[in-house]
Amino acid sequence: MTAIDPTAHLTAEQIEELGRELDAIRDEVIASRGEKDAAYIRKVISAQRTLELVSRGVLLFSFFPPAWLIGTAGLSVAKIMDNMEIGHNVLHGQWDWMRDPKIHSTTWEWDHVSPSDQWRHSHNELHHTYTNVIGKDNDLGYGIMRVDEDQKWHPFHLGQPLWNFINACFFEYGIAAYDLELGKNLHKQRRKNPEFRARAKAVGRKIRKQVLKDYVIHPLLSGPSFLTTLAATFTANLVRNIWSHSVIMCGHFPEGVQVFERRSIKGETRGQWYLRQMMGSANISGSRAMHFMTGNLSHQIEHHLFPDLPSNRYAEVAVRVRALFEKYELEYVTGPLPKQVFSAWHKVFRLSLPNKKPKVDAPDREQELVAA
Amino acid sequence: MTSAALRSGAWKLLEMITTPLLPSDYLDLVSPLRAGADLRGRIEAVHPETGDAATIVIRPGRGWRGHTAGQYVRIGVDVDGRRLWRAYSITSPTNRQDGRVTITVKAIPDGKVSNHLVHRAKPGTLVQLDQPTGDFVLPKAQPAKVLYLTAGSGITPVMGMLRDVEFDDVVMVHCAPQPQDVIFRNELHDLVADEKLRLTEVHTDTDGVLDIARLDELVPDWADRETWACGPAGLLDAAEEFWSEHGVEERLHTERFRPSIVVAGDGGEVTFSATGKTVDADGATPLLDVGEEAGVLMPSGCRMGICFGCVTPLRAGAVRDLRTGEITEAEPGVLIQTCVSAAAGTCDIER
Repeated sequence: MTAIDPTAHLTAEQIEELGRELDAIRDEVIASRGEKDAAYIRKVISAQRTLELVSRGVLLFSFFPPAWLIGTAGLSVAKIMDNMEIGHNVLHGQWDWMRDPKIHSTTWEWDHVSPSDQWRHSHNELHHTYTNVIGKDNDLGYGIMRVDEDQKWHPFHLGQPLWNFINACFFEYGIAAYDLELGKNLHKQRRKNPEFRARAKAVGRKIRKQVLKDYVIHPLLSGPSFLTTLAATFTANLVRNIWSHSVIMCGHFPEGVQVFERRSIKGETRGQWYLRQMMGSANISGSRAMHFMTGNLSHQIEHHLFPDLPSNRYAEVAVRVRALFEKYELEYVTGPLPKQVFSAWHKVFRLSLPNKKPKVDAPDREQELVAA
Repeated sequence: MTSAALRSGAWKLLEMITTPLLPSDYLDLVSPLRAGADLRGRIEAVHPETGDAATIVIRPGRGWRGHTAGQYVRIGVDVDGRRLWRAYSITSPTNRQDGRVTITVKAIPDGKVSNHLVHRAKPGTLVQLDQPTGDFVLPKAQPAKVLYLTAGSGITPVMGMLRDVEFDDVVMVHCAPQPQDVIFRNELHDLVADEKLRLTEVHTDTDGVLDIARLDELVPDWADRETWACGPAGLLDAAEEFWSEHGVEERLHTERFRPSIVVAGDGGEVTFSATGKTVDADGATPLLDVGEEAGVLMPSGCRMGICFGCVTPLRAGAVRDLRTGEITEAEPGVLIQTCVSAAAGTCDIER
């Protein structure tokens, strides 16, 4: 947390005015959703399915090295598309307005070991409501890392670069454990909670199906290519995990992103909620292909302001949101992927050690925010 | 191993390969109309009938079970990217050889689906279908004399009947604002020329709305005829009254396109408990609309209270039937039709 509140110059009226301007942007996009947007998501879904099918087909001959390379690359991209541009966004209800039961947040299931309904709860409800609030938003370091000076240091954090690396490689399992709140629920008294057990069972079932598909059936179908296909699906899952972990790390961990204290969100107004989302998120700059492959989470700021707007509209929204950042003299944290990934990792390393000097006279910016 | 067991084993294997999707999600990419797929159809042509009506030619999927003349089909159309379901009468005969069916749609003011189908629908578009349904049909035993009493787009189910079965003695009284508004006018006049039909057109712009008592003069033997009537509620209400006054109500068969809404209640806070949404609803808006507006995935059907495709458990509270004013209170196992029920106080819908 920076010692100086970067929003201190805004009056309460300005913050509410900012909220109204953001509401107006949202209303405009909602009113203009239509056929083109629906055609977009259908096209992406068809392309993803075709790519996955073709890639898995090519991998049947993966003992032949070029086939291995093409199939693995295709499957990696297909899995990333499934999780990012399609799964994440469908599960946000971004496409519920189409009223197509096949593309709806309540019916969608994704290529991921965390069952979609559990992920929806921990992500849509908890993370998006309590973005970057210490103690409320478990996404802040996923409960295994310290990503802000204000989080208490523990010797456990010395290993956090390693935890983060392991988490990146097996990210989908990390997410599943996180959606189950495994850390909290493995305590003796909680372990027997029937609700937890039911959810753990659902995760077990999902893991079994995913593993069976990727590591047993598909390699078996490949016959003589059994081992190479096994390696290919493992690689594709690894690529997908590291990629999505990197993109998601860039959303809230880079330097310049603010975190908030629990008491600061008491009685939060609409305007203040918007402001917290603006200050608590960071974007990734890049080409259209980059935005697509991140599931438009490269527009993390816009996504956090309007989590249920269709992802294909974030690019146009970003232009207007950025203008508001300038108007209200706020810092729009953005940068190319390598820079943001480095920044986030740098923080993970830096905060694995205790704070250099104890904070004494730092002004309490949250009080300032409320007072403003 | 029997071949059925083999097939189901192979299907299970396919499901394991495609998880978390289903094999059908991939098959839909190439063959959306195949047997076993969700029932869909492809629009193959759109033929204008009048300035504001058109016939849509649809090739239904392999699962289509066929219809009986006079029945309607529910069709789900994506309008501006949003799927909307409506019911339309089937106007093609049951023995059409090419496997296609037609519906004939009249664009009504502010009608999202009807305007889309009449003015913007493109051949090649996929639409969602349900199996045809409805009991506004001809009896197995052919009646000696028939009267068709129709107005506006109420002619559509009757056209399905006219094209399907020839009777010896058929009279039709049809109301439309002006001659050019009469859907299927040329075909009707051809039937008249062939002496297969006697037709009276009532042009309401010049003649005024049909006074039902004029039937005595237009069709003197109307009471002896088996009658099928379809049109606006005003016409059907008058007909029902007229037929029952003369004690021949069993000869009258009617089809209503819209529910006649009698009572508007007090409304209240509606909770959709499965989705976790709570919204305020007034006492005149069907809970189906309330839910859809709130982004809840509501099952829907005919939207006029007859198909029961929208039935949903009522977990708590009370709702009012918009047609009758009847109050239904929550009890275990109570299902309500959300398309014709409005909130009567706070209620909880299991969606």
